[in-house]
Formats: sequence, C-alpha cells, structure tokens
Amino acid sequence: MKRAPVLLFLAWLSIQFYSGIWLFMSGFLLMRIELSNQSLCSQPPHPELLSSLQQNAASCWFPQRFNKAVIVIIDALKYDFAKYDPANTNPKPYENKLEVIHQLIQSQPRHARLYPFRADPPTTTMQRIKGVTTGSLPTFVDVGSNFASYAIQEDNLIHQMVQNGKRVVFMGDDTWDGLFPKKFYKSYFFPSFNVKDLHTVDDGIMQHLYPTVDGGDWDIVIAHFLGVDHCGHKHGPDHPETAKKLTQMNDMISSLIEHLEDKTLLVVAGDHGMTDTGDHGGDSEKEVTAALFLYSKAPLFSKQLLEEPEAIPQVNLVPSLSLLLDVPIPYSNLGAVISDLFWWSEDENDISSLLTKTRAYQINAQQVSRYLSSYSQAAGDLPADKLRLLDDLFSSTMAEYKQLMSEWDRHALTETEMKDRLTHLVQKMQLYLNQARHVCMESWARFHPVCMIFGSFILLMSCILCYVVSEAGSTMNVSYKHLLGYPVFISLLLTVLLSLGTWMSFLNMDLVSLCAVFTIISQFSFLYIFRSKRYAQKRWWCRPTSLLFSGPLMVLFFRCCALFSDSFVVAEGKAAPYFLIFLLSLTVAKLHWDGKLTLPTFTPLGSESLKPSLTPAYKKDGSRLLMLLAALGLCIRLSSFFHNCREETPDCQPSPFLIPLFSVLDPELNNFSYICCVLCLGVIIYLIRKWLQHYGNLNSSSPLVLYVRWGFPLIALGISCFWAFSSGTEDSFAKLRELTHLALVACPRAIYVFAGMGLLLIFWKPLTVYLKKSQDSSVDNTVTTFGGAPGSQAELQHVIPQIYRKMQRTLKSRLQHGEEAGKKGAALEAYGLGSVYSATMVITLSLLTLVLIMLHSERMTPAFLLLLLEALVILQIHGHVSNLYWAPDDSNLFCVPWYAVIAWALAATQNFYSTGHQPVFPAIHWNSAFVGFQDGHTTNIIPALLVAANTFCSNILFSAGSCLLLLWPFLCESPTGRRKKGKKETREEETEDEDMPLMEMRLRENPDSFSVALLQLGTKYLFIQGVQLLSCVCAAMILRRHLMVWKVFAPKFLFEALGFTISSIFVVCGIALVLRVDCVVSDWFRSLLVHKNR
Amino acid sequence: MDETEIRRLAVGHVLSILAVVFSLFVPPLLLDEFSILGTHLTWLCFCSVCVIAVNILLLVTFKPNPSTKRSSLSSKVNKLYRSCLYFFASCLLFHGIIVLYGAPLVESVGETFLFAVLLSSFTTSRSLCFLGPNFHAWVRVFSKDGAMSVWDHSLQITTICTVVGAWLGAFPIPLDWDRPWQVWPISCSLGASFGYIASLLLAPFWIYWNRKRLTYKRR
Repeated sequence: MKRAPVLLFLAWLSIQFYSGIWLFMSGFLLMRIELSNQSLCSQPPHPELLSSLQQNAASCWFPQRFNKAVIVIIDALKYDFAKYDPANTNPKPYENKLEVIHQLIQSQPRHARLYPFRADPPTTTMQRIKGVTTGSLPTFVDVGSNFASYAIQEDNLIHQMVQNGKRVVFMGDDTWDGLFPKKFYKSYFFPSFNVKDLHTVDDGIMQHLYPTVDGGDWDIVIAHFLGVDHCGHKHGPDHPETAKKLTQMNDMISSLIEHLEDKTLLVVAGDHGMTDTGDHGGDSEKEVTAALFLYSKAPLFSKQLLEEPEAIPQVNLVPSLSLLLDVPIPYSNLGAVISDLFWWSEDENDISSLLTKTRAYQINAQQVSRYLSSYSQAAGDLPADKLRLLDDLFSSTMAEYKQLMSEWDRHALTETEMKDRLTHLVQKMQLYLNQARHVCMESWARFHPVCMIFGSFILLMSCILCYVVSEAGSTMNVSYKHLLGYPVFISLLLTVLLSLGTWMSFLNMDLVSLCAVFTIISQFSFLYIFRSKRYAQKRWWCRPTSLLFSGPLMVLFFRCCALFSDSFVVAEGKAAPYFLIFLLSLTVAKLHWDGKLTLPTFTPLGSESLKPSLTPAYKKDGSRLLMLLAALGLCIRLSSFFHNCREETPDCQPSPFLIPLFSVLDPELNNFSYICCVLCLGVIIYLIRKWLQHYGNLNSSSPLVLYVRWGFPLIALGISCFWAFSSGTEDSFAKLRELTHLALVACPRAIYVFAGMGLLLIFWKPLTVYLKKSQDSSVDNTVTTFGGAPGSQAELQHVIPQIYRKMQRTLKSRLQHGEEAGKKGAALEAYGLGSVYSATMVITLSLLTLVLIMLHSERMTPAFLLLLLEALVILQIHGHVSNLYWAPDDSNLFCVPWYAVIAWALAATQNFYSTGHQPVFPAIHWNSAFVGFQDGHTTNIIPALLVAANTFCSNILFSAGSCLLLLWPFLCESPTGRRKKGKKETREEETEDEDMPLMEMRLRENPDSFSVALLQLGTKYLFIQGVQLLSCVCAAMILRRHLMVWKVFAPKFLFEALGFTISSIFVVCGIALVLRVDCVVSDWFRSLLVHKNR
Repeated sequence: MDETEIRRLAVGHVLSILAVVFSLFVPPLLLDEFSILGTHLTWLCFCSVCVIAVNILLLVTFKPNPSTKRSSLSSKVNKLYRSCLYFFASCLLFHGIIVLYGAPLVESVGETFLFAVLLSSFTTSRSLCFLGPNFHAWVRVFSKDGAMSVWDHSLQITTICTVVGAWLGAFPIPLDWDRPWQVWPISCSLGASFGYIASLLLAPFWIYWNRKRLTYKRR
C-alpha cells in the first residue's frame, strides 16, 4: 500500500514544470513595476539646486523655447525611408521618397535635422507610444495598479501637457484613445485594427490636420499616420504601394510646413522600423531604426554640428520636448535631452549657450536619479552594485556642477577654462544618463535566449518524463526509492553544494538558475536510473494502449499545432470543442469498427447459412452512445452562448449573460433572469442529490451526508440571497442600504467559511456508506433487499443497495478459524460502498462549483450547469466505451486510455471559454475580487486568489475531477455483464455473490494497482497539459518577432502557464482526496473485522 | 479474388471522378458567371446531382451487390421510395451534425444544408446504390471485417476519406488570410471533394496491393 509516494512523485513532476516555466519566464517576460508618482511643476527634483539658479516665475522647470508643437508620428517610418541619397540613381520603391526633408536640411541646416531614431524592443506600436510618451522602457507586463484597461497609469508627456494647461489635439490611430482616455482637448480617432486598410486613417487625418493647424485653437497637435505600417504588413516595403504612401507623406509634410508659425516645433517621427517583410515587434536592427526629423521656422540648431547625425534613443525625445515646451519631465523618464536642441541662449553667446545645455542636462540627471531611487525602493530587480556606481557618479557630477557654478559666479574662471570644464561636465552627465538607461534596459527590455531555450528544454524533458512514467507505470510500484528518492537526493545534494558555492561567492548563480540546475540533474538521473535498471517492459511504447500511432495523438498534434497560429489562438474557443467532439466521435466510431457494438452472432460450424453476419444484432449501448454524443454536441453548442470576446475579433458580440444583474435595467428581464439562475442552481443541487441517491450514498447519517442534505440547499439559499441583494436597485432608503451592504459582505463570507468547513469535513470523514446490520440474516436476506425489506423508510425503496459480500469472504479468509456459524451470522449490507470514491469526488466538485458560481456573474449559472452536464456526458461515454472494450475484472480497466484524458483536457479548455473568459488581460473578471469584500482589500493575496479562482474555474473543476476518469468505468459496470459471467460458474452461492457488481471495490481489492493507476492518470493529465504548455512556450519563443506576440502569444502563454500551475495543484489534491478515502475505507474494514471478532 | 472485379471497380471510380470534373467544367457552358467560389451554391447542387447520377449509373451497369432474390416491380418501387427517404434523412442528419460541430445555426442555413446534401451524395448515395436501403448491411460494411467485396472496400475508403476531408477542410476557416475560399462552407466542401477524389483514385490501387490479404467469404 503505497500512497505517499504517488503524491510525492506527482509533486516532483509538477515542480519540474514550475521550474521550467519560471526559467522561461525570466528570459521571456520583460517585467517592470510602474510607479504612480507624477512630476509637478512646483516640485522640481532637488529644489535647492534649482532655486540657486535664477528663477523665472513664468517658467516651470526650464525657460520655454516653443509654445506650440506639431508632432507627426508616421507608423513604421524607417530611417531608410526618410534618408535621401542624391547619388542613388536607381532607387527602390521605398528610397528617396521623402524629398522635402532632404531639401529642408540642405537649404536650412540650422532649422532642420534628420536623425536615426532608435526604438527599444518590443517594437510594437502600443509599447512604442508608451515609450515615447512616458520616456520609460515599456515591457510586456508593466505591473501597475490596474490591469483592466490599457490606459497608461504612469506619468507621461500628454498628462504633463494637459496638467500645464496645454490644449492637446489628437488625430489618427485609436490606440491612443485606449492609452490616454479623455486626455485630449479635441480628438479625431480612426480605427487601427484593419491592417489591410491603407487609407482610412491617413485620409481622415488629412481632412482635419490643416484646418486644425490653421484654426489656432491648440497648443500641441499630434497626428499618428498608419498607412506606411499597414502597407508594410500588407505588401512589404519593396512594393509600389509603399512608394505611393511615402510620396503622400512627403506631400503632407511639405504642405504642413507652409501652415506652421515661427514659434512652432515640428517633430516627424517613426515609432519603429520594419523588417524586409514588413513585420516588426522584435529587436533586429531594421526594426529598431526609425527616423526622427525636427524642424522649426526659427533657428533650432547651432552652427557647428556634426555632418552625420548620430542615432538618438527614442526615449530622448521625452525630456527634450518637455523642456522645450516648458512642462515638467515625466517622473519615470529615462531619456536624456537631445544635446543639439539645447544650444541656445538669448544673447547667442557660446558660454551662455553651453550653460543652457548644462542646465538642461542637470535637470534631466536629477530627474533620472530621483526616479531610480524611488524605483529601487519599490522593486528590487535593478542590480544593487550598478545602482551604487550610478549614485556615485551622480553625486560627484552634482558636486562638480555646484562647485563650478560657485566659481563662475565668483568670476574665478576664464571663458575657455569654463568652456572646457562645462563640456567635460556635460559629457559626464551624458555618461550618467546613458549608463542609467543601459542598466534599466538590461533588466527590462532584453530577451534572454539562453534562459528561454533552457526553460523550454526543461519543459520538454518534464513532458517526456511524464510520458515515460505514465506508460511504464505499472512496473514501477516496487521502486519508488530508486526512481524518486535517488534523483531527488542527488540533485538536492548538488544544488546545496552549488548554493553553498554561491553563498561563499565562488560562483555567481541566482535562484532561477539554481532551480533549473536542480531540475535538470534530477531529470537526467531519473532517466539514467530508469534505463539502467530496465524497469520498463521491452518495447512498452508499442503496446496498444500507448499514445504513439493512435488516433487521439492526431487530435493532440493538431491541437498543439493550432497554438502556433495567432488566428487559432484567437479562435481557440471554437477550435477546442471542434476537436473534442471529433475525438469522441472517433472513439465511438472506432468502437463500432472494432465490432464491439454488435453482438457476436454464433453460426453453427459447417453449415453454410445464407450471409450469416448480414443481420448483426446491435447492442443497446450503440444507440445510447449516439445519444450521449448528441447530448455532448448540444451541451457544447449551448455553452457557446456564454463566450466573451477579445479585441482581435471586432464582429464578435460578448455574451449578454456576462453583464451582472444589477446592470440590467429592464425590471422584467431582471426578475426573469434571476428566477432562471436560481432555478439552475436548484437543478444542479437536485441532480447531485439524485446521483448520490441513485448509488445509495445518501442513506448514511454521517456528518458529510448531512452536509450534503442540508448544507447544499443552505449554500444555494445563501447564494440566491446574495444575488438578490446585489441586483437590488441602488435608490432605496438609507437604512435599507446599510442592511444591503451588510448582507453583501456577510452572505459570501458565510458561504466561504461554510464551504471551507465542508471541504475539511470531506477530508476528515469522507465515507458515505450506510451500514445495515441484520442479526438474524441468512443468505436469503441478500435477495430480499431488492424487494424492499427495509420498507419502513420509504425513500430506501428507490435506492439501489450495493451489497458488498466479497468483503465478507475476505474477512473470513483472514479469520483463520472461519466457522460456519460466523458466515451465517455476519451478513452485512453496505449501501453506497460501490461508489464510495466517486461519491466523495462528486461532493467535493459540487461544493467547489457552488463557490465558483458565486464568484461569477449571476447569469453565468447555466454555463456551470452545462459544464457539469458535459463532464457527466464525457464520463458516461468513457465508462461505456471502457466497459465495452474490457471485462470488469480486466486489468486494462485500471489504465485510463489516452483519448479520455485528452478529451478531459480539451473539455477543460473549452469550458474556460464557455464560462466567459478569454486569455487576455482586459477580459479578466475583476469584479470577482470584490465578492464578499465590497470595500476593497488591504492585502493583495485574497483578491488574487479570488480572481484566479474565477478565471481558471474550469481548470480547477476538471483537474480536481480527473480522478473520476479512473473511477467512472467501474461505476458503469452493469449487472447484466456480470450475470453472464456468473452463469459460467457452477456453484450457486458464487452466482448470488457475483450477481452484485463490485464496482469501485475492485480498486480496493488491488491496492497496488490502484495507486499505480492513480499515478498513471495523474502523469497522463500532466503530460497533456504540459504538452499544451510546451507548444505555447515554443510559439512564444519562436514567434517573438511576430506582430501579435504581445497581444496574442504572450498573454496566451501567461494564462496557460498559470492554468497549468493551478491544474497541477488540483490534480494532486484530487488524487490526495481519493487516497484519503482509500485510507478511511481500509480503516473501516479493519474496524468491521475487529467488531466481528468479538 | 479476381482482378477483373478490381478493373471494373477502377472504371467505376474513374466515372465517379469524371462526375465531379464534369460539374466543374460543364456549368460554365450553360450559365454565365459561373465560378466555384463565386457561385458556390450552384456548384454544390450541380456536383451533388452529377455524383448521384453517376452512382445510379454504376448501380445499373455494374450491379455491385446483385441480390439473389428476383425482385418485382413493387419491391423495386418500394426500394426506391425507401432510398429517397434514407437520403433525405441522411441530409438532415448531416445538417444536424455539422451544426453541432459549430456551423452557424441560423444564418447561412442554405449553405449548410447544401453542404450536407453534398456529403450525403458522396457517402449515403453511394452506400444506397451499392448496398441498398438496408441498414444492417451498412452496419456490417462499416466495421473491421465486414467488407465482402471490393465494392464494400471502396465504399469504406471513400466514405472515411470524404468525412475526414470535410473535417480537415474546416481548418483554414479561422485563419486571417482573407481568401475567398475561406468562407463557410467552401473550404469544407472543397476538402470533402478532394478527400472523395483522392480516395477514388487511391482505393483501386490500395485494394490491388492488398489483394492477397483481402479474402472475402464466398457467397
């Protein structure tokens, strides 16, 4: 009897997966914490330094240079597009098209300048807009206060402009609307979604741009053109359409310049480049090199500038624009001012110009230093030693600046000396700003391919391990010590050594790599031991039950391939049921093909009868299976009414059932839906009770049965009260409102506590067996139970009693002095013993379902009803198919076939969608965090748990219920099948005993096979989930340059990883529960034995 | 088994392929603006009719499963009536199955139904012609050791390939390529047709190569 090793083995396998996920994430997910601090005009960084300068009351941090600016962003304007090479006589379609830029640079070198503009990866439009407004390096997960919308929470340029009274007019890409909701003074948004549409956005902007600029009712105009980018996506840059588009942009710029005034700055910038195929998103040279063109009618640059401008990091635009327009630099800015732009002064003097520049740099450096110190307080992901170096550099620079200023004020320096020292100081500040940016970039904005490759390698190895264990499991039960103990011991030892080395600073390893090393060592040692000891049977992979070369493998293969296509990830909610229903139809068809559905027809030997097999008798199971398939299809079709939508499918309408009841204004509809939901809840509870009653598990007077009888309706009552209160109208009396508020808090909390108690109760006393002792019983009594001997209880008449007589015989065989008298006196009737394991599982699952229903919007209750029905149908199909293939005492019944596990996993995926979820952040049901916590939270743990439970409800239910896949075929064991077998037996007594199906007691009779079967089931489920996770990981890794990586693949990976984690935990919990029941059942038998002995 | 039977089968298959080809190339002569993508529904009707016609032709000329009983006119009429009934029922059944697999329920009902008709004409009409409206014979043929002639084998292969082709045909629908053939039910019906044609081409060869293994019970 080995129970603990099963759990340990599964836990070990899950930990391997976790470490793989962790390693991959550390290489793939660019993480950073958003600070909510905002720069204020009145709070410059280091006020004492600033106040030493002459303070102009009108200006904020820095004297204003321009009062207006036109910012034109041309999406995907590569530097190659903007630069003009007169020597090039045979230009490609995208070359030499922006002639106006070239002309302006040639004719007015002090007014116009073109720079290469280096974007930081990820080079997708949304991330770039964030970068070019906040001045920070946006990563994929900007951990901010609010996930629910894309709106920028950090301090940014637009916010600062609006705060300081600038009128910002926007036109173009509607991504900005999501990022800066309600910030703009005036705005003209155009849809950006359709990549095939080249002209809508651009033509729309053109319509509004010139009138707006001429109108004068603005301070800042931002125009975001999308045509070039869409052209790249549709045709690629090397296409005449691109030439047309660029020519259009050229005309736009030249006529825009005619509309500008003197004190207006024109910025033309590309947000990112594109590859030769027109894609972007990654960090290749072609994607990150955009163009930046600056122009003003007033002289902007000094005379002595380098001929070939050097590349400017994209974030540098933020502080430069802020200071030129005299708004505070956004708090989280990491950019440095563009030095060419700050070479000016009122008296055109070199020294004073240099002073202007120095002052700009000094403000910039102070602001960056302030940000770094606040950031390092909030998060620890920046390396401390580098921060210290930066700090030293900063303080020395500031000290030097102070000293220089005081010396200059005292006129202790000559002009050339001053010039040299100022130049030196500026260089030092530039160095500081550059280094600061690099330190941040290293930890925020770079993929680590090594981590990613090793992470996916660990995942692959874990999948292989799961597969090996699941296929060769039956031979492993003797050798847990070797297979589990040794690898873990060896790897722990090595890891401890390595961490000691790290601690004593011989080595430099962080926690992630230590974990990875541990995992890899334990995996390899496991495989080595497994191979060397030859635990596996020869050619175990060729057995008919193995996954290779079977139909289900094809479905799994397609399913995994589908995760590599963004369209399929978007359409997964439809694809998963398509696979699921095909897989089960295939199974039933195969059953028919194998001839298991037709009764064997016996033809007398020798007689050549006419077409003996032409009229095969068809078993009843055939039609029943078809009915079940139809029911499954119906469930799936109905559940698609509860789907949510994501941004990528604009035609999709989110299910109306997702709207919470209190937002439904029509009172009739409101009441109707409420009644329907309560009815659904009632139906769920009724069905569960009916099921338990059918298998005789509702007779006992144990606390658990009492809980089911009375606690479940109580929970349902509580939930309906909670719904009633939460859907009530707001405008009631003040006193009543207080009461409502109290109820809204009390009801859910009471249910949490009550359900928690229920779970504890299940774990403590999971038995639902009713024992009936009959003192004077003889063998006859067993027969009369059918007729209804315990007729005093009316309900018992409908109960099918499960009599476990075999137990009696084992009892007797153990009693060495088995007298005849004992046999006659000890007839016991145990109700519900045949389904003791699954009854406990069903009770647990229904309890979980009730709690999860409460976390969802009220009107999602039918979706949960469908979920339960679907699971039931799948289990029934599986049970029937298994029983048709194998006799009830076949050892194959202990091995859950692959198709069932794959179908179960597919159903989990499908129900993720049909409970109204989508794997994107805006689709998360944030409301669920406040069920029972109306006033918000103090910590982050409870809301995170609640939201996770809401989001992954189907993963939780299906993985906790995965044990039912093993148990259900025993439940479906029909008495008729047994009777046929019984007839072969000659002795009468045997027949009577065998008449009753043993059902789940078969599991108890083979405790070793039982625990191995559970282990196999667990590893199979982990394998399926792991393979899906692995394909998500590979998709994210291989397609990290894909246009959709941050919108589709990365969120999908995150959801899949989190879902896997939760699934694995609940698989282990479910198996632990079954093992616990097994323990209790054994104790129960032992106590019976003792009782009998007396 | 004799090879003449296989040869007869091959000829029958070529005729069936010609039926699909015919439905591609003849309608443009009769109708203006016919294209398989543009006027897909017309093609669906045409193709179904052609395939059914050829199947009936095969029934008359080849007599795949000659019944031993001498049949009277009334029984023939009865058989025909029942065949029509079976065919219509299979169309409805296919329609239901397709909807359960995720086809739109209300919009484009016509497309879905015509696709079901196409599938029925590829599978059910063939079965009806080869086996007659005899449900038990169908059950027998579509199981592992149930085939009793090359015609039964060809029936197995074509039916399975057609259904699998239709299933695979749904794969391009979610992709964002914006091609005209991705519209429901064009890709599915094309997939089914390709599966049907491919199986018609391959089945004689497969049976020929495996002729040693396939020994049928003598009737």
